[in-house]
Amino acid sequence: MTAVSVNHLYKSYGSKIAVKDLTFSIDTGEILGLIGPNGAGKSSTLKIILDFMKPDSGEVKVFDLQMNEASKNQIGYLPEEKGLYKNLAAIDVILYLASLKGMDNALAEKKADVLLQQTGMLESKKMKIKHMSRGMGQIIQFIVTIIHDPKLIILDEPFSGLDPVNTEIMKNILGNLRDEGKAIILSTHQMNEVEELCDRILMINYGSEVLYGDLKDIKSRFRKHSVQVNVEGEIGDLPGVIDKKFNKGSVELVLAQDTTPQTILDRLRHRGITINRFEVTTPSLNEIFLAIAGGDHE
Amino acid sequence: MNKTYLIFKHEFLHKIKSVSFIIMTLIMPVLALLSIGIFKLVTTLVEHPAEEIKAIGYVDEIGTFDDYTDQGLTKLVPFASREDANRALIRRDVAEYIIIPSDYTSSGRIQRYTLERELVTPPTTTAVIKNFLTGNLLKDKVPPDIVTLIVSPLNLEVTRLTEKGEIAREQSNIGNIIIPGVFSLLLALALMFGATSLINGLGEEKESRLIEVLFSSVSVRQLLISKVLALGTTGLLQVLVWLISAPLLLSLASSAFGGFMSEIQIPGNFLVLGIIYFILGYLLFAVISIGAGAISSNATEGNQLAMLCMFGCFVPLWFVGLYINFPNSPIWVVLTIFPITAPIQTMLRLGVSDIPLWQLMASIGVLGFSVIGGLFLSSKIFRVYMLMYGKRPGFRDIINSLKNA
Repeated sequence: MTAVSVNHLYKSYGSKIAVKDLTFSIDTGEILGLIGPNGAGKSSTLKIILDFMKPDSGEVKVFDLQMNEASKNQIGYLPEEKGLYKNLAAIDVILYLASLKGMDNALAEKKADVLLQQTGMLESKKMKIKHMSRGMGQIIQFIVTIIHDPKLIILDEPFSGLDPVNTEIMKNILGNLRDEGKAIILSTHQMNEVEELCDRILMINYGSEVLYGDLKDIKSRFRKHSVQVNVEGEIGDLPGVIDKKFNKGSVELVLAQDTTPQTILDRLRHRGITINRFEVTTPSLNEIFLAIAGGDHE
Repeated sequence: MNKTYLIFKHEFLHKIKSVSFIIMTLIMPVLALLSIGIFKLVTTLVEHPAEEIKAIGYVDEIGTFDDYTDQGLTKLVPFASREDANRALIRRDVAEYIIIPSDYTSSGRIQRYTLERELVTPPTTTAVIKNFLTGNLLKDKVPPDIVTLIVSPLNLEVTRLTEKGEIAREQSNIGNIIIPGVFSLLLALALMFGATSLINGLGEEKESRLIEVLFSSVSVRQLLISKVLALGTTGLLQVLVWLISAPLLLSLASSAFGGFMSEIQIPGNFLVLGIIYFILGYLLFAVISIGAGAISSNATEGNQLAMLCMFGCFVPLWFVGLYINFPNSPIWVVLTIFPITAPIQTMLRLGVSDIPLWQLMASIGVLGFSVIGGLFLSSKIFRVYMLMYGKRPGFRDIINSLKNA
């Protein structure tokens, strides 16, 4: 089922074009990575989807309907800058914001305890926000975003400022939510962070689409004709290898056009070289972005 | 549950639990009590300095000023010469002395000598000397009771009549300005603190981007209405606390001010109009604060903008003295109808004079329309600028935004 469909969206602030002819969609049970450098138009796109502002032209539908007040309860939103009522206890903030999503207080409290437990924050539930670290506050805000079991979750730079442990916790929860059938839009400029999470990506720059599609397809489309190997001993000259690039203990072997990775693997084994690692080189999203946008980005 | 009610409840509880609200609400009655106490203490000390009899020496170079030397708590003591009076003054036998020169009846000149450093002669001393001189000048010429009348010839009793010539129920009394004056001051303070509190809350929500989380849950209209209502209810609660403490304060004040306070009359329409202007005033300043909070990049900037408007609210209080003396100037009519000054000016005018019905209608009408118009404009500004961060928009930007919104 399509959770969000965006058609030919345009938005400008005076002479500055923020969003230019964007068209994309996201299905339930899917994570869409909205990626691009700072100022690419990601936040403007999200704000239009959330109905915070109107587009100059184009159309947005959420669960096949124009965005309205009733559909707000089906959405969980985590803004780029994280902030909560500093003088309130974490649980009070969670319960208040959950109530604004139409949640019953008792149910919200029960659900909050589960999520606080899951994120290791249960003991801090009565702590005032102003006494929490940035990371703790961010986890509370994440709980606020998902506590009401939204069908659509929109996250703007969710991992910025989070330590690796909390990042991992959040990623696991997001993975579970996707498996439960939620549609998740994850906007970030740190492209590598979302590679493992996203099913589909929309890469934008200067408000325009740069790349859009299934992550696996995109990666295979941009796959290099090379392999990364880590071996014990010298490889020496190997037929079918036209170049070698040494990189932190491993070597990238650039293959001749008519040579397959399987051929190289067989040749290495045939020479009796112990192989610790062998994988086909796939480019990172960063590399793909640079390959497409080149120097034409901020 | 209704989201407007939920935000209203949150905002209301958040505000009344805040330290600034508690201090402001409780400190006003306490300050009033303290001021009454201080007034009573100072008045007692100044007017009744331990019932001491003061002596003023005099040297009579004419030789006929020997009567009326007993002037209540002040006694006039004769001296034969300036030197004798001087010595008595230095010995502190007298507080001061005067010389009645031989040409006094033609020049009216009196010389006064004192050890005190003072800018002007105290009015009580002037009165005592004047009465002593008047009595002695008129003795043997008019009867003593006429002398008393000449010294104090006017005891004006004013009666206000209705248009039909009957005695009006509400009589003019300087004490009548007390209740409206105090209410006006409290209203102005409540408006100022309410506006500050609202802007600080908006500033916090804008700076922390909490506003985006709220917008993802509720509409701009729900957010605005609940905030304005919460602010109004908080203000009403504050005034309610002050009103409940008012009878106690009045009874304490009565004992401090004596008969003066007992003559206070509250205008019949004061309570009804007071409530109307209180609510409309609160709503107007709430919508102004919302607009100011939305276009400001932080709470401090918002407070500065709102204070510019609050400045206008205090204008009528500056001119209270002028207003008491010249209650019929057209400028007061302008201030009654101008929405920013209307709540305070009308309350003050109710204590001093009648306000024609057309002026009240015009004032309430303009204020009501200003609230509706302000809410309309503020909601547009709020929608556009609450999600814009960084530089504050210029006047032209705001006009353009309103045109395009």
